[in-house]
Amino acid sequence: MKIVVCVKQVPDTTEVKVDEKTGTLIREGVPSIINPFDQFAMEEGVRLRELLAGEGDEDKPELIALSMGPPQARTELMKCLALGADRGILLTDRAFAGADTWVTALTLSLAIKKLEDVKLVLCGLQAIDGDTGQVGPELAQCLRFPQVTYVEKIAVEDKKIVAHRQTGEGYAVIESKLPVLLTLITPSDFVPTNPPFSKIMKAKKKPYEEWNISNIDGDPDRLGLNGSPTQVRRVFPPPKHEKGVIIEDEAENAVKQLVDYLMKENLV
Amino acid sequence: MIEVDLEVCSGCQKCVKACPFAVITIVDKKAQIGDGCNMCGACVQVCPEDAITIERKVKDVDLSKFTGIWVFAEVSDDSTIRNVTFELLTKGAELAKELNQELLAVILGHNIEHLSKELATYGASKVIMVEHELLGQYNTDAYSSVIVGLISKYNPNILLFPATHLGRDLAPRVAATLELGLTADCTGLSISDGLLLQTRPAFGGNIMADIICPYTRPQMATVRPNVLPKGEPDQSRSAEVIKEEVSLDPKGLRTKVREVIKTSIEGTKKIDEADCVISGGRGMCTEENFNTLEELAKELNGVVGASRVVIDLGWRPKSVQVGQSGITVSPKLYFACGISGAIQHTVGMRGADVIVAINKDKNAPIFEFSQYGLVGDCQEIIPALIKEIRTRKAGQ
Repeated sequence: MKIVVCVKQVPDTTEVKVDEKTGTLIREGVPSIINPFDQFAMEEGVRLRELLAGEGDEDKPELIALSMGPPQARTELMKCLALGADRGILLTDRAFAGADTWVTALTLSLAIKKLEDVKLVLCGLQAIDGDTGQVGPELAQCLRFPQVTYVEKIAVEDKKIVAHRQTGEGYAVIESKLPVLLTLITPSDFVPTNPPFSKIMKAKKKPYEEWNISNIDGDPDRLGLNGSPTQVRRVFPPPKHEKGVIIEDEAENAVKQLVDYLMKENLV
Repeated sequence: MIEVDLEVCSGCQKCVKACPFAVITIVDKKAQIGDGCNMCGACVQVCPEDAITIERKVKDVDLSKFTGIWVFAEVSDDSTIRNVTFELLTKGAELAKELNQELLAVILGHNIEHLSKELATYGASKVIMVEHELLGQYNTDAYSSVIVGLISKYNPNILLFPATHLGRDLAPRVAATLELGLTADCTGLSISDGLLLQTRPAFGGNIMADIICPYTRPQMATVRPNVLPKGEPDQSRSAEVIKEEVSLDPKGLRTKVREVIKTSIEGTKKIDEADCVISGGRGMCTEENFNTLEELAKELNGVVGASRVVIDLGWRPKSVQVGQSGITVSPKLYFACGISGAIQHTVGMRGADVIVAINKDKNAPIFEFSQYGLVGDCQEIIPALIKEIRTRKAGQ
């Protein structure tokens, strides 16, 4: 059995600048990290590998960290290996560039189908750069797997996955047989692990592969920008808020002015 | 085109159970697809032999046959229609007028017959209603195959979902089944050159993007709650109700809901529906200090929210977290007390009509967003503010 965790390299800041001329994002010079939601998924993958293991070492599922991105995303996969993944695979090819969420899901699904015997796929709920949360469910559909999104807690009972899914009003306890795809939301008490030096060194000896379009038998017309049904027509900075009134005064005086304002605006 | 590979089909009947439209039968131990197949793909997903294939023509389709604006109406756990549905219908009516097409609401659930009237009052001229016991609770497989089936039958031009926990689970599933484009968490929608122009924030709100889907139909988007304005309901309006029959078998659904647990406090107003939200951040210093926010909330008929750090510290429940990984609010009045104003927080509240910020640090980014900013200690200002409001009220 194989478990795949999908991870994305994202810029380590929300302070991203836009190229005024081209309207695209300037990503150069911005340090990158594993998308925080994906790091949680990775660490859950390590835990679930043990829970899904049968008797004896041979039955232990293989835990694969899978990413699509530029060659630099190797750094994030090396960290996944240090966190406990058995194998890292980076899908990297110019033909993949410009993929929207559906084509990203399609590309990942081709790789997962190549791997064979994948029974569990874990994704972060969404990436902090795009914030769409669409790749997980779209990937589940490409693989014909059932899905549970917004998962904050996972248990294994009798080879079945029991997941707590946030619903906005509380949570639902959902049961699914394998195979299944889960998208994970980071619980508020999650502290990301910083792997120790010894594990970083060990990670360098683990299998790491880079796959291009021919490795996944991809059709260049269906992948990357060519295959993407959505098109970005324009990128622009958000409208600026007009700077409001700022009061620096003794508390008593300040609140008087505030209440005057609120009453004038009919808010009290 | 849907086809069954008779060489491979084992006659296991899984597809028969999964088909929401009850058109698959087993003839001579092989699956046979009958008339009325909507190509929803539910059978393809459950077939253990990969014997069923659907070929969908994605490109070079005749786009002119797609007409009408559809809004997915979300039914809440307490069998009422979620507010965001009315926001979508209001916007949908605008788009429908501009394109000179019909506005339809699509509603799935159990015992929902009485809800069609309300959808009409917000502008739906038709309501497609699918009632079934198994639709009473959200299930990805059931909902997505029903919606895909409806799309294949009626060919809508535009389909809007709320960007809620439900909508963000369902919409991408539907889009991927039909190989369609989908734009997430839109904050603006308009028509440009006959196409749906979908505006959304990215990078935590640092940039905005306009997105189009020129070659696929329906054009699909999820839309953030509490961003688009809700119109006034017109009680004189009514809608034609189209009832669609489905047959669902629990055995055809691959996930099972064991139980649903409500964590939001009963009887309290929901934070995303309150007119006044008073949020506290780390600058509140202690959990006890939130009591003063509760007091202020009472005076202003508001609800207390919090920034992420407060949730992490365990001072407040997750259900009141305002911001990127929490809830988006757009009340008439928003107080940010002891909140520095990180982008992760401000994306969740900058739609508020009036923002009041209270912070010790006069350089805090929150003052970039506030209409009214008070520089000072929350522990001094808030009690003084409560006192002042009480004095004024007494004097009225």
